[in-house]
Amino acid sequence: MAKVTIDGRVIEVPDGITILQAARMIGPEVAPPTMCYHSKLKTSGGYCRTCLVEVTKSSEKDPRPMPKLVASCRTDVMDGMEVGNLSSPKVIEARKSVVEFLLLNHPLDCPICDQAGECHLQDLSYEHGSSKTRTDFERRTFEKISIGEKIQLHMTRCILCYRCVKVAEQITDGRVHGVINRGDHSEISTYIEQAIDNDFSGNMIDVCPVGALTDKTFRFKSRVWFTKPVLAHRNCEKCSGNVNLWFKGDEVLRVTGRKDQWGEVEEFICNTCRYDKKATSDWTVEGPSPVNRHSVISANHYEVFTKPTEFKLNDVKPLSIQEGDKS
Amino acid sequence: MGKKILLAHDHVPGIQGYEVYRQNGGYASVEKAVKSMSAEALVEEVKKSGLRGRGGAGFPTGNKWNFLAKPEGVARYLVCNADESEPGTFKDRYLMSRIPHILVEGMITSSFALGVNTAYIYIRGEYYYIVSILEKAIEEAYANGWLGKNILGSGYNLDLYLHVGAGAYICGEETALLESLEGKRGNPRIKPPFPAIAGLYGCPTVVNNVETLAAVPFIVNNGGEAYAQIGIGKSAGTKLISASGHINKPGVYEIEMGITVEDFIYSDEYCGGILNGKKLKAVVAGGSSVPILPADKILTTPSGEKRLMSYESLADGGFASGTMLGSGGFIVMDETTSIVENLFTFARFYHHESCGQCSPCREGTAWMEKILHKMIDGHGTIEDVDLLWEIQAKIEGNTICPLGDAAAWPVASAIRHFRSEFEEYVRNPNSIKVVRHYDSTQNLVNA
Repeated sequence: MAKVTIDGRVIEVPDGITILQAARMIGPEVAPPTMCYHSKLKTSGGYCRTCLVEVTKSSEKDPRPMPKLVASCRTDVMDGMEVGNLSSPKVIEARKSVVEFLLLNHPLDCPICDQAGECHLQDLSYEHGSSKTRTDFERRTFEKISIGEKIQLHMTRCILCYRCVKVAEQITDGRVHGVINRGDHSEISTYIEQAIDNDFSGNMIDVCPVGALTDKTFRFKSRVWFTKPVLAHRNCEKCSGNVNLWFKGDEVLRVTGRKDQWGEVEEFICNTCRYDKKATSDWTVEGPSPVNRHSVISANHYEVFTKPTEFKLNDVKPLSIQEGDKS
Repeated sequence: MGKKILLAHDHVPGIQGYEVYRQNGGYASVEKAVKSMSAEALVEEVKKSGLRGRGGAGFPTGNKWNFLAKPEGVARYLVCNADESEPGTFKDRYLMSRIPHILVEGMITSSFALGVNTAYIYIRGEYYYIVSILEKAIEEAYANGWLGKNILGSGYNLDLYLHVGAGAYICGEETALLESLEGKRGNPRIKPPFPAIAGLYGCPTVVNNVETLAAVPFIVNNGGEAYAQIGIGKSAGTKLISASGHINKPGVYEIEMGITVEDFIYSDEYCGGILNGKKLKAVVAGGSSVPILPADKILTTPSGEKRLMSYESLADGGFASGTMLGSGGFIVMDETTSIVENLFTFARFYHHESCGQCSPCREGTAWMEKILHKMIDGHGTIEDVDLLWEIQAKIEGNTICPLGDAAAWPVASAIRHFRSEFEEYVRNPNSIKVVRHYDSTQNLVNA
């Protein structure tokens, strides 16, 4: 067991887990944001640097602070460790700069992006970013490419989190895509535009934190906040069959994996469930999906019946009264 | 003349070949080590010698060897980092092309000390002409029984392989080098685990620079004490310095640590003074990534003493007024050099070589290059100078590997020491070709 203090909150956790996991056990108020880490994918994390934290005391044995900020998703806890997340000005500054770096080349095309409303980068920049940009250079752009029948790759929006590469490596039969080129020319691509075709490729869409990989059967059908997520399951030979159905009216617009509190997929689903079962009759519906009340999706999830406060003219006081000439 | 260890026989004709090298005392260290010394005793000698990593970081080699995990039944590896790509550094190239056997000998002795049966030399792809030189040396070593099975009848086996990189600066970072050696994309790994625990193919691995390994034969032959007595304080031994820029005699020099920087630049034994009798403006002392220092700061330490060519003396004053010995890439700039244009060259290099894994380096290096490009084109503003300063501060320390730091330090130091030149550059983009020289107080001298 290791005793860890994060932002002044103490928790006892088993050895061998990371600072990020310990912070998530305490709760969302101290958990650092993540873009590239995904709990279900091994060796993910460490790339985006949004989860950087300051370790002010390494352990009981070695109380020295760590010289640099560390990636909490890839640093194991030690007994007696003291960590500063939001309580550390250094961390807040570093996170702000990571957001700035990520947005340098990310197109601000949210109004036409299918991911808007469930985009991790939107949330991140809203919570930790600054409201102004300091660059007027042209952004880096790529041609859109179609990787397979059902997946659209919009590389311009990619933040190179490597999650989709890990999905292909760990849960599909053979990886045919990866990162090519170097530095800020790096791009996710397939070898000579090969199609990605296997039963679990659709999960790449679910793990993509931004709108770089989108579902062609859902593209431009609706804004996500006009659809209502519903938990459902079916007997499937390939996967668990536990999914989220996204309804607009009576129509199922898309099927995705279920996501946990941190926006990470709980169970990966197969392409049959994702693309081919779009009738309500294919599914056993369990009930509405839990949606974080801060999410834009919840705004439309249930009708809001609150009366507008009544407005009385008499309550209005003039801001200032000019003393006129009374004579 | 200073003491020479690595280049002691550089002048001997035919030293590149096995016969001449052997006649000049070559491979004596292997004989001594394999026949009369234990692995532990060898590591102890290297520890005593105070030898430090010559690739740039200056980490004590003995300690590094001591950290190597030695689990039962698991292979261990020694990898020689010959991916020398730091701009301004060309010492390993010289050493390998002139005396290839000294590296092979150093690797055999070191492998024996570490209990390694398979060793690799990872050489930079651009050094294609050295590949054949090294391959020939390795072949000769095999033919004469220094490599292979049962070396000198001791029962010790060692295989040495040469692996050619494909031309990426990032593969000089030790974990990226290991990835590349495994046949993967050369991306740095996230540490921990360090290579001493899980390196090549997940096995404990030591990665050492060419020059470090080449110094091992001397230590074994003469004892660690003898090596420790050369040099000054904790900077033991000799160092190869690649001198370039505006000097009369550019080239690779083996210096005994502790000579003064002034001596090194102006004495006829070494650089021989500034080209055409011009004034010294600035020096990058250890390869492009270490902080650049203006003339007065490189020649004297903050306490007013003469600065020496040693790890400690060059770092005296921290980054505010010091720099690092680094890999020994000594770039001298005279008064006609534009710091802004020079910095643009460096920034372009780091942008081009960033691997693209982590966001601060991937986006930050590109951003810095774009801003500097804008300045060179004459569209810069004063705010851009401040922005550059902020960007480098945001990259430094926040990345997976040291490339982020290496990209940030030149920018930081150039602005720290030559801010007025940047301001002049953005204010008067047309006059920059004429007005360039500032003294250390940042006043214009030759307006």
